[in-house]
Amino acid sequence: MTDVLTQTPPTTSARSFASSRGDARFRAVVAAASALILVLIAAIVIFLTLRAIPAVTEMGFGFVTERQWFPDAQPPEFGIAALVFGTLVSSFLALVIAVPVALGTSLFIVELAPPRLGRVVGYLVDALAAVPSVVYGLWGVIFLVPHLTGLQRTLDGWIGFIPPFHSRSDTYGRSLFAAAVVLAIMILPIIAALSREVFQQVPRAHREAALALGATRWEMIRLAVLPYGRSGIIGASMLGLGRALGETIAVALVLASAFDINIHLFEPGGNTIAANIATKFGEAGSNGREALIASGLVLLAITFLVNVIARLVIKRGRFNKAKKR
Amino acid sequence: MSAVNTQSHTLARRRQFTNALMCSLLTLALLAAVAPLFAVLYFTTKKGIEALSIDFLSHSMRGVGPLDANGGAYHAIIGTLEQVAIASFISIPIGIAVAVYIVEVGRGALAAGVRFLVDVMTGVPSIVAGLFVFSFWVLALGQGFSGFAAGLALAILMLPTVIRSSEEMLKLVPHELREASYALGIPQWRTVVSVVLPTAASGITTGVILAVARVTGETAPLLLTAFGFDAIREDPFHGPQSGLPLYVFSQAGSAFDVAINRAWAGALTLILLVLLMTVVARVLARRNRLVGG
Repeated sequence: MTDVLTQTPPTTSARSFASSRGDARFRAVVAAASALILVLIAAIVIFLTLRAIPAVTEMGFGFVTERQWFPDAQPPEFGIAALVFGTLVSSFLALVIAVPVALGTSLFIVELAPPRLGRVVGYLVDALAAVPSVVYGLWGVIFLVPHLTGLQRTLDGWIGFIPPFHSRSDTYGRSLFAAAVVLAIMILPIIAALSREVFQQVPRAHREAALALGATRWEMIRLAVLPYGRSGIIGASMLGLGRALGETIAVALVLASAFDINIHLFEPGGNTIAANIATKFGEAGSNGREALIASGLVLLAITFLVNVIARLVIKRGRFNKAKKR
Repeated sequence: MSAVNTQSHTLARRRQFTNALMCSLLTLALLAAVAPLFAVLYFTTKKGIEALSIDFLSHSMRGVGPLDANGGAYHAIIGTLEQVAIASFISIPIGIAVAVYIVEVGRGALAAGVRFLVDVMTGVPSIVAGLFVFSFWVLALGQGFSGFAAGLALAILMLPTVIRSSEEMLKLVPHELREASYALGIPQWRTVVSVVLPTAASGITTGVILAVARVTGETAPLLLTAFGFDAIREDPFHGPQSGLPLYVFSQAGSAFDVAINRAWAGALTLILLVLLMTVVARVLARRNRLVGG
């Protein structure tokens, strides 16, 4: 709808009345700026790839399977196996924690709260996104980690027979789980904001129809709001996942870095691609830096994939709805 | 008859119960979402106020030993202000131009293509933007670490936010305004410059300030571009520089309490800086004629 309204006006009229040279120059300038975006993205991929190639060819297939990270050793020995594991596990866990809370929050704001309260609460949730990640990291390692220790110990006592929830060393703390909790807080606002937008778009008639049939408020949410917003919710969660995958500083501060693939998520250790770049860059030699760039390229590929899927899901949802109407 | 009645009665009771349960769960979710915000702000304010002082804001870390309690973030604040200014200087004009292209000039597939690229850019992790500037500016062009390199990385991160918010605002400009301008025989570039952009100006400003606030807190790209420096360096073009988020990160990584205290003071300064910008943006947004009534 808005697209039609904002399309370029009938340019013939503008052109026939006034000097078209100014217009041509104006269009060239804004088109050049847009082309710059393409150049920039291409440059990012090309420059990272050029730097990454020497490091990757040196390790060969070991770059994918190796867990250790000693790129400056002789002979160098490094790979992304442990890093990719830590990145994916912490981000998915963050998603599992954040999505229910984010959806609950936006449902509360849209469906339950009186408008004024909803607006205030909406501001508060948005404000979560304004806190810099280094502050989350500092708060996470000094305040949250000690407080999470008790929770992890309790969970271990209840469901410790499931390996991920058990710590063999009886130490908890700077674990992948703790990192996931911090990540969850950080991606919550984006998921909440996007899903709130989706819920607000649910046609009033759908809600009223459900209520008129005698549905309770929750039944109305379950029957009218959630199904309508499903693709939007999935898309919002994927965008949150993309954010979590790339988050660096908070994870770097919270995790006690260790290069192993450990399914015991409560045990200290673990590492992610982004956090590893932040912690290892300062001390890395030229080979080490190329290795870090190679790992960054892998991170870019993963986040790109997740983001594109997210956009496609959102777009398809909109398209289907437009067709139905 | 009465059997049916009690049956429907228990059913209704169960539905009421589920409703009450789920509604309280939603409320609980809200509390769980807002609690961390207050915890972070409270904890940072409490710890930060203890450590924050005039000396902290006016001294650098030059010659400060690992166990010394003095030393401050003056050099980092200067660095951050310069880096963010450079990023804004680069990304705001380009961002607005791209938004103008998407809304006013580009058609169909081309505009959609640019919009897709902007989406792709939004998804670039901040550390990858840092890696790119490092491999392009620092290594390939041999410019070395500098505040300007950090500004470049921040500009890459700012660009998609500026484009998106400006695009939304330009779309809100009523079409009649453009048509009236064209009817007076005014060329398109003149219409955009003197009618469309001024109308959307306050909204665009809000979006730009929010984008600036967002990148002010970015740490990861600074590590790879500004690198960090203990002394005051006013020249952003030559040599490594510090930045406020970077300062907090390096102090937080220390094992000594004096450094952790400095990290809290830096974190509070950073939050206040970001909060100030966000509040200014919100106040401007309220004045926006296009959105608010």
